[in-house]
Amino acid sequence: MGDWMTVTDPGLTSESKNISQYTSETKMSPSSLYSQQVLCSSIPLSKNVHSFFSAFCTEENIEQSISYLDQELTTFGFPSLYEESQGKETKRKLNVVAVLNCMNELLVLQRKNLLAQENVETQNLKLGSDMDHLQNCYAKLKEQLETSRREVIGLQERDRQLQCKNRNLHQLLKNEKDEVQKLQNIIASRATQYNHDMKRKEREYNKLKERLHQLVMNKKDKKIAMEVLNYVGRADGKRGSWRTGKTEARNEDEMYKILLNDYEYRQKQILMENAELKKVLQQMKKEMISLLSPQKQKPRERADDSTGTVISDVEEDGGELSRENIWDLSCETVREQLTNSIRKQWRILKSHVEKLDNQVSKVHLEGFNDEDVISRQDHEQETEKLELEIQQCKEMIKTQQQLLQQQLATACDDDTTSLLRDCYLLEEKERLKEEWSLFKEQKKNFEKERRSFTEAAIRLGLERKAFEEERASWLKQQFLNMTTFDHQNSENVKLFSAFSGSPDRDNPVVHSRPRQKKPHSVSSGSPVCTSKLAKSLPASPSTSDFCQTRSCASEHSSVSVLNITPEETKPNQVGRECTNQKWNPASRPGSQEGRSSGCSATFTNSHIEKDGLP
Amino acid sequence: MNFSEVFKLSNLLCKFSPDGKYLASCVQYRLVVRDASTLQILQLYTCLDQIQHIEWSADSLFILCALYRRGLVQVWSLEQPDWHCKIDEGSAGLVASCWSPDGRHILNTTEFHLRITVWSLCTKSVSYIKYPKACQQGITFTRDGRYLALAERRDCRDHVSIFVCSDWQLLRHFETDTQDLAGIEWAPNGCVLAAWDTCLEYKILLYSLDGRLLSTYCAYEWSLGIKSVAWSPSSQFLAVGSYDGKVRVLNHVTWKLLAELGHPAAVSSPSTVVYREAEKSPPLALGRLAFPPPRAPAGPRATTESKYEIATVPASLRTLKPTADRANPRMGIGALAFSLDNYFLATRSDSIPSAVWIWDVRKLRLFVVLEQLSAVRSFRWDPRQPRLAICTGGSQVYLWSPAGCVSVQVPGEGDFQVLSLCWHPSGDSLALLSKDHFCLCFLEAEEGVGTALGQQDDHT
Repeated sequence: MGDWMTVTDPGLTSESKNISQYTSETKMSPSSLYSQQVLCSSIPLSKNVHSFFSAFCTEENIEQSISYLDQELTTFGFPSLYEESQGKETKRKLNVVAVLNCMNELLVLQRKNLLAQENVETQNLKLGSDMDHLQNCYAKLKEQLETSRREVIGLQERDRQLQCKNRNLHQLLKNEKDEVQKLQNIIASRATQYNHDMKRKEREYNKLKERLHQLVMNKKDKKIAMEVLNYVGRADGKRGSWRTGKTEARNEDEMYKILLNDYEYRQKQILMENAELKKVLQQMKKEMISLLSPQKQKPRERADDSTGTVISDVEEDGGELSRENIWDLSCETVREQLTNSIRKQWRILKSHVEKLDNQVSKVHLEGFNDEDVISRQDHEQETEKLELEIQQCKEMIKTQQQLLQQQLATACDDDTTSLLRDCYLLEEKERLKEEWSLFKEQKKNFEKERRSFTEAAIRLGLERKAFEEERASWLKQQFLNMTTFDHQNSENVKLFSAFSGSPDRDNPVVHSRPRQKKPHSVSSGSPVCTSKLAKSLPASPSTSDFCQTRSCASEHSSVSVLNITPEETKPNQVGRECTNQKWNPASRPGSQEGRSSGCSATFTNSHIEKDGLP
Repeated sequence: MNFSEVFKLSNLLCKFSPDGKYLASCVQYRLVVRDASTLQILQLYTCLDQIQHIEWSADSLFILCALYRRGLVQVWSLEQPDWHCKIDEGSAGLVASCWSPDGRHILNTTEFHLRITVWSLCTKSVSYIKYPKACQQGITFTRDGRYLALAERRDCRDHVSIFVCSDWQLLRHFETDTQDLAGIEWAPNGCVLAAWDTCLEYKILLYSLDGRLLSTYCAYEWSLGIKSVAWSPSSQFLAVGSYDGKVRVLNHVTWKLLAELGHPAAVSSPSTVVYREAEKSPPLALGRLAFPPPRAPAGPRATTESKYEIATVPASLRTLKPTADRANPRMGIGALAFSLDNYFLATRSDSIPSAVWIWDVRKLRLFVVLEQLSAVRSFRWDPRQPRLAICTGGSQVYLWSPAGCVSVQVPGEGDFQVLSLCWHPSGDSLALLSKDHFCLCFLEAEEGVGTALGQQDDHT
C-alpha cells in the first residue's frame, strides 16, 4: 500500500517537479531561467520573446550579451558564435552564420521540445486518468474488502454463538439423558417396590380372605340357605348324574369333539378357500397361456429364439396339468411345478411387455426413417390388380400378333407388300405421331396416378404404423391393468387378435426395399431397352390398343420390380428380365417398353426422332 | 315408528325375555312382567327389597332378582306364579348373581370375592368355587352354554378354570401369563378364550378350549393398554380397543394383526361419510309469535329436535382433552361392537365422546362417522340386521343403517332422557330407558325379520 502511495500521490510528484525546477534554476542564470519559463509556457511565445529580448539585450550590453550567449551556447555544445581568431589580442568577431545556425538549431530544438512536451502532457493526462481509475478501483476494492471482512467477522461471531449454543444443547441433552436414565432407574425400582408391596398386600389380603372364609362359612350360618317351594326339573328333562371318573372322561371326550369339530369346520373352510384360489389360479394360467400362444407361433418359426422353447415348455406343462387334473392334489411337487410354471409364464409375459415397450420406443426413434412403408395387404391387392391387367394385355397382344400375321400372310407379293407397307407406314407414321402425343399425355397422367398411389400407400403405411404403436401401448396398458382374470372372453379374443397382428409389422419394411431400388434398376435397364424399342414399335396396328398395352406393360414392369426379393441385386434383375422374355415372347416388347416408360420423356422423344429418320 | 306410553322404572332395570315374548321391568321392589307386544301386565311379583339386578333365564321361564344390599336372590317362575325361591347368602354377602346357561343354576358371588356359590334349582346341591378373581369380566359362558371360564387368583398368580356347566366339573385349570388379568371372553364358537391383562400392560392371550396357549399379542409397551375387547359373531375377528385410541383387529387363523383402526379427530378420507347432528330450529309460525315472548318451556332443557347433516369430508370432530393426572383417563376406545352380520364394527373413542365410528369390516376401513351433539352413552346393534341404535342421554334416539341415519324425538310430555336402550330379540322394537321411566319404540317390520329366538348382543 505504501508503495502505491509513493508512486501515485500527485502532491508528491508535483513537489518533485518543483524540486527539479529549482535545481535547474540554481544552475542557470536569471535570464536562462526566463528562457526556460518561456519554453514551459509556449502559448504567448512571440510577445514574450520580444519583451524578453528587449530586456535582455540593450544597446549598451551587446557585447556582453553576445559573449554570454556564446558562453552559454558553447557549454550546451553549440559552436562558438565568434569567428576563430588567430591572435589572442585581436577582438573576436561575431560570426553571423554561426549565430543564424545556432538560432535555427535552437528553434528546431525548441519545436522538438514543444512536441515532446505536448506528448508528455498528453501522456501525463492519460496516466492521470488511469491513475484516477485505478484509484477508484482501489477504493472500491478496499470497500469490498472491508465489507467482506466485516461479514467474515459477523459469520465467525455467529458461528461461535451457534457453537456455543450447540455446546449448551449438548450439555442439556446429556443432562436430560442422565435424568431420563435416573428416572428410568427410579421407575424400575418403584415398579419392583410396588410389585413387591402388591404381592405382600395380596398375600395379606388372601390370608384375611381365608380367615374370613373360615369365619363366615364354618359358622353353620343358618342364613345361608335356599328356600324353594319345589325343585324344578332340568331343562333337558334329564336328572342330574353322579360325578364319576366316567363323566370326567366323557367331558374330556366332548371337549375334544367340540375342538375337533371346530378344526374340521375351519379346515373345510380353508379347503374351500384353497379350491377357489386354485380355480382362480388355473383360470389365470389358462389366460396366460392363451395370451401367450399367438405370440408363440412366431418364435417357433425362428427356431433359434429361446423364448419359443420356453413357451412350448410351459404349454406342455400346462397341458399336462390340466390333462391329469392334479389340481386337487395339494402335494408339494405339484405346488412346486405350478409355481414354477406360473413364474415362467410370468417371466415370458414380462419379457413380452418389455419387448412391446422396446418396440414402441424403437418406432418412436425411427420416426420417419422408413417413410415409404407399404403394408402387405396393399401390396397384394395392387399386385393382384396388376397381374389381372397383365393377363388382359397379354391376351390383347396375342390377338394383335395374330392379326398381324394374318395380314402378312394375305400380302403374298413382296412388292405390293413393301408398297403397301410403305404407304401404310407413311400413313401410319402420321397417325403414330398423333398417337404418340396422345400416348405421352396418357403416360403423364398415368405417372401422376402412380405417384398419388404411392403417396397414398405411404400414408397408409404411416397410419398403420401409428396404429400399431397405439395398439402396442394399449395392449401393454391392458396387460398391466389385467389384475382380475375373470374377464369376458370377448376381451381376450380382441387381445389375441391384436397380438397376432403385431408380427406383420416387419413385412412392410421388407417390401419397401425393392421399391426403393426401383429407380436404379429402371435407369440402368433403360439404355438397353430403347434401341430395341425403336425396332419393335412400328408393328402395332391400332393406337388405342397400343396405348393399352403400353400402360399394362408398364404396370407389369412395376410388378416385376416389386416382386424382386431384397437379396437380388441389379445384374440378377437383368438376367431375370431375360428369362421372362424367353418364357413369354408375347410380353417381350411390352415389358421392355414398360421399362422405357419408367425413364424420362426425353428418352421417348428421342425414339420418335429415330423413328422419323428412316 | 311408533312409541308406547311411558311406564315407570327404577335402576334402569328393564329386559326382554330371550324368547321375545315378555318384558320384565322393575319399579322399586316390584317386578312387572308384560307382554312384549301388547304391553299388558302379565305378572307382578313383589320382592323383599329394592331390586338391583334382574336376569332372565335362558329358557325365559324364570327371572332372577338380586337384592345385593340384603344378600338375597329371589327367583320367580312365569309358568307357576305362586312358585317362589329365595336364596340367602347370609353374612357372606352378595355382589353379583347370574344364571347358568341351562337356566337351572344360579351363580352368586359373595362379597370380597370369597367364593362363587352355585345353587341348583333342580336339586338341593350347592357347589362352591373358591378364589374367583375380582376383575372387569371374570365369568364367561360359551354361547352354547356348555362351558364356563372363570378367572381366578391364587398365590398372586392369575389362573383360568374351565368348568363343564352340566355338572360343574372342572375341565381345565391353567395359569395365565398376565400381571393382573382384567377380563376373559369366549369366542362365539366356544373354542377360543381371549384373556387380557390389566390396562397397565398391553397384552392379550388366546387359549384353546383345552387350555393350550394359542397366541399372545402385544401391540406396544410402556403405555396404557387394552380398554375393551369384542369378538366378531363369526369368531373370525377379535377387535381390541386400547388407550392409544386405536382398534386392532386380529384374525383367527394366525392371530396376527389384520388392521389398525385409528380414531383421529380429523376425518379426511373422502370415502367416509360424516353425519353430524344439528339442532333443528323449531318452525316459527307467524300467528304464534306473541309479544312479549313467552317464557321458555318448563323443564331442564328445551326439547329441540335434531337432524343429521352430512358434513364435508375433511371434518374435524370435537375432542375432549383427557386429564392425565387422574386414574381411568377419558381416552382410548371405550366401547366397540360388531354387527350381527359381521359386516360392521361400531366404536367409540372416549376422547371424542360424541362420535360413533362405524367401520366396514369387509374393507377394514372407516365407513361412517356419526357425530352427536352430546356424548354417546350407549349404542347397540339390532340383533337381526345391520342397524345401530344410539342414545346420548337426550330425548332422541338415533338409528343408523347402511341406508342412512335418523334422529327420532321421543314423544311425550316432559323430557324423556334416554340413558340406555335394549333391543327386542326380533329387532322389531326397542326399549328406551330413562332414569325412572321407560317406553317402547316399535320400528316398522322390514323384510327378513323373523321372530325366532335370538340372543342379544350385549358387548357394548
